[in-house]
This record gives sequence, structure tokens and C-alpha cells, in this order.
Amino acid sequence: MTQHIVTSFTDELEHLSANLLRMGGLAEAMIRDASRAVVTRDNQLARTVVERDAEMDQLEIECERDVVRILALRQPMASDLRMVIGAIKLAGTIERIGDLAKNIAHRSLAVTEADNRVALRGVERMGQAVSRQLHTALDAYSRRDAIAAISVIEQDDDIDSHYNSMLKSMLVYMTEDPDKLDTRSNFLFIVKNLERIGDHCTNIAKAVHYIATGQQIRSSNEPLR
Amino acid sequence: MLDKTETSQPESAPSDKDTKIDCRHIDVFYGEKQAIFDISMPIRDRSVTAFIGPSGCGKSTFLRCMNRMNDTIDGARVEGEIIMDGADINDPTVDPVLLRSRVGMVFQKPNPFPKSIFDNIAYGARIHGLASSKSDLENIVETSLVRAGLWDEVKDRLASPGTGLSGGQQQRLCIARAIAVNPEVILMDEPCSALDPIATARIEELIDELREQYCLVIVTHSMQQAARVSQNTAFFHLGKLIEMGETEMMFTNPSNQRTQDYITGRFG
Repeated sequence: MTQHIVTSFTDELEHLSANLLRMGGLAEAMIRDASRAVVTRDNQLARTVVERDAEMDQLEIECERDVVRILALRQPMASDLRMVIGAIKLAGTIERIGDLAKNIAHRSLAVTEADNRVALRGVERMGQAVSRQLHTALDAYSRRDAIAAISVIEQDDDIDSHYNSMLKSMLVYMTEDPDKLDTRSNFLFIVKNLERIGDHCTNIAKAVHYIATGQQIRSSNEPLR
Repeated sequence: MLDKTETSQPESAPSDKDTKIDCRHIDVFYGEKQAIFDISMPIRDRSVTAFIGPSGCGKSTFLRCMNRMNDTIDGARVEGEIIMDGADINDPTVDPVLLRSRVGMVFQKPNPFPKSIFDNIAYGARIHGLASSKSDLENIVETSLVRAGLWDEVKDRLASPGTGLSGGQQQRLCIARAIAVNPEVILMDEPCSALDPIATARIEELIDELREQYCLVIVTHSMQQAARVSQNTAFFHLGKLIEMGETEMMFTNPSNQRTQDYITGRFG
């Protein structure tokens, strides 16, 4: 995209974009480390995930401030307007992903040596899958790529079926030993949180599609005019 | 970003029953120099159409075609048809003075006559024979000033000179003067560029009220103003119509790359 005549306007939009990508990168690492912490029972790693959430909140506040300032002082139009409106949506969504990753990290502290390795590996795989989803969505954002955004939305079905099969095996695993229901129910929340993160990746992709094309997307992938 | 740059003129919406003025294949020449290239567009009635584009893009020239103001410029030549209510306004049988009472105009710089406020409004009504008595005339003056939102501010000093009013008041006086002769169309050429933001807001509010009754066309350099007051926006560049559409679409998702670049401040 060509530069604005007023170059400081371009700088401000680029700064906003860079901050969003920083938030996105942070969220990706938090998901990866949180699911890793579940599998390896690495409490130290889990704590670093929890700590990083403060940075995430700070970045979100900064993005919101930038958006308000750009709207008030620059009155952006057309693609710039969509970029700025999209940014506030993306910042909120990525921050929610950070919260969910933090929650996974919290729950990982309850996982014990005795827990089922198959279940653990399932968590790891699902964590990798949603982390990849987020990566693709952010990549689509940085390239303003509507087609890549649609592919993210389509891939959410895979995450959902992953979630459903995990859910079944988790229920079996939990009911095997009712005495351990307390700790094992944590797995349910962990898996549910990963599934929610997948949904948020879909929301990011929808915002990217709007930023790139000006067209909103229904859940059925039909562009709305 | 999709590159939708086109070289040909856009297909503007076909004219329909809501069309007040249908401009077809307009070319304008100033001597040898061509200023407008084959522009066709329908202008909707009871609605505001905004013309935007960089300086020298032809938007004012095109606006002036609609009440034959270009006739007054030596060497200016307009080709093509401008159909208003079924008849071409460029037909030799059309009296340009009568036409301009149907198609009023408001200019960038308020230009009240060096006469009283009353006479500024009464002048047009008198020469067009719209009033048969003094009370008729007073009625026209009051109604026009009320509609222009100026009555309360000037009703006690109708005999004072119009030139003694503030810039914003003078501009509303000029709008009242245009309304006084019962026009159907009001053309405005950057009506707010000499006004402060409050006076501008008053004119914009007035434009919003006038569109219930009139067909308005406004040339503006302020994209925010075009966005605020108009329902349709046309973007001109180098004498050509690049894109025309609903204002909301033009400012959120224009389809032409040059429109996009202009309204986001990427070229001037």
C-alpha cells in the first residue's frame, strides 16, 4: 500500500499494526507454553504464562489508546477506517486468547504425575493446532490476505472435531476414577479453553476479511454486503 | 489489496424516476482545452449529491453545467445532454435566466447584494414576478429566511445591509435568496469553505433540511463534509468521473483504487 501524503499518519497505522502483531505473537507463545506446561507438568513455565498476561493487558490498552487517537485526530477513511476499526476488535480478541491461555496455565498446576499420558498428548496436539490457527490468522492479517482468512475459518471445523473426540475420551477418563474427579475435571476446562481459542481465531479471521475487503462474513462464510 | 484501477469511465447507476437531472456524455471545453471528458450521471431528486476530487479535477466546471453558468465564460463549450424533467437545458429555446431560477446556486464566498437584508431576498421574487402585493413579498421574504434558519437572527433588522451580517449569516442569506424564487435544484460550490465550524454546522443542518424538498448538489473539498451531508458521492479526477456511489460505500469501501487513494489521503 502506498504511503499517505502525511507520513506520520502512515507511521501511526504501522505502529498500531506492529503492536497488534506483538500481542498476537505473545498470545501464540502463551498458548504453546500453557499446553506444554500441562503436558510436562512444568509449574515454572505455567507461572511465566500467567505473568505474561499483564504485558498483554498493557498492549491492549495501548492499542485502544492509539485507535481513539487516530479516530479523533486523523479521521481515517475507507481501508484506513476498516484497519482502525478492525484493530480494536483484534486487540480485544487477542487479549481474550491471552486470558484463556492464562487459565490453562493455572489449571496445569493441578495436573499430577499420575495423569493419563494419552490425555496429555491430546492436549498437546490440540494446543499445537490452535496455536497454528492463530499463527495463520495473524499471518493473514499482516498480509491483509482475505483468502488466507477464509481458510482459517474453514479449519475451525477440525479444531471442533478434535475437541469433540477429546471431550469423549476425557469423560471416560474422569469417570474411571470418581475419587480423582476434582483434579481430572481440570482437563475438561483446559480442552474447552483451547476450543474457545480456536473460535477466537475465527473471529480474528473474520476481522481480517473485513479489513481486507470491506465485506463482513457470516458464520457460514457467505460474504454479507 | 485488490487493485481495481480502471481506465474507462464507470457505469453510473441508470437514471430512474428519482432522477432530477440526467447528465449524458458531457464534454466541456475551454477553448482548445478539454476540461470534462464524457461524464454521464443521474442526479437524484430530494437528496444531496456531493462532488469530491482534487483541485482542477472539473467538479466545479461540471456543477456549473447544470445551470449553464459556463455560458458566461468566453470560449467555454458544453457538449452532451443535460435532461431536467424531460427537456435538455442546453436547448437554444431555454432561457438561461429562467433556468437559473429553477436551478439556484450558492458560491464559496457569500455574495449578498449591497442592499438591505429584505431586498436581498425580495430581489429575485420581484424580477420573476412572484409577488403580486407588498404582503406577498413580505411573506416570501419571511418564509425564505425561516427556511434558511436566519429569520430569528435578522427579523428585527431587515432594513440593515446584508453585507453587515457575519460570514455564516451572509451564506444563509444567500441560501434564503436562492430559495426565494422557488427553485427545484440548489447547486452549492464549496459553500462552507469560508466559514468557521459552527457556521459550517448550521449550513450542514440546513442542507439536511432542504433535501426534503430540493435536489441539492454540493462541491466540497472536505471529505468529512461530503460524508456528513450527502447520500451519493461522485469522485472526479483529471476531468473524468472515476467513481460514483452511495456515500457510505464510497467512504468505507470504494471500489476504485484512485478513489481509495484520494479519500485516504494518499495522493493530492
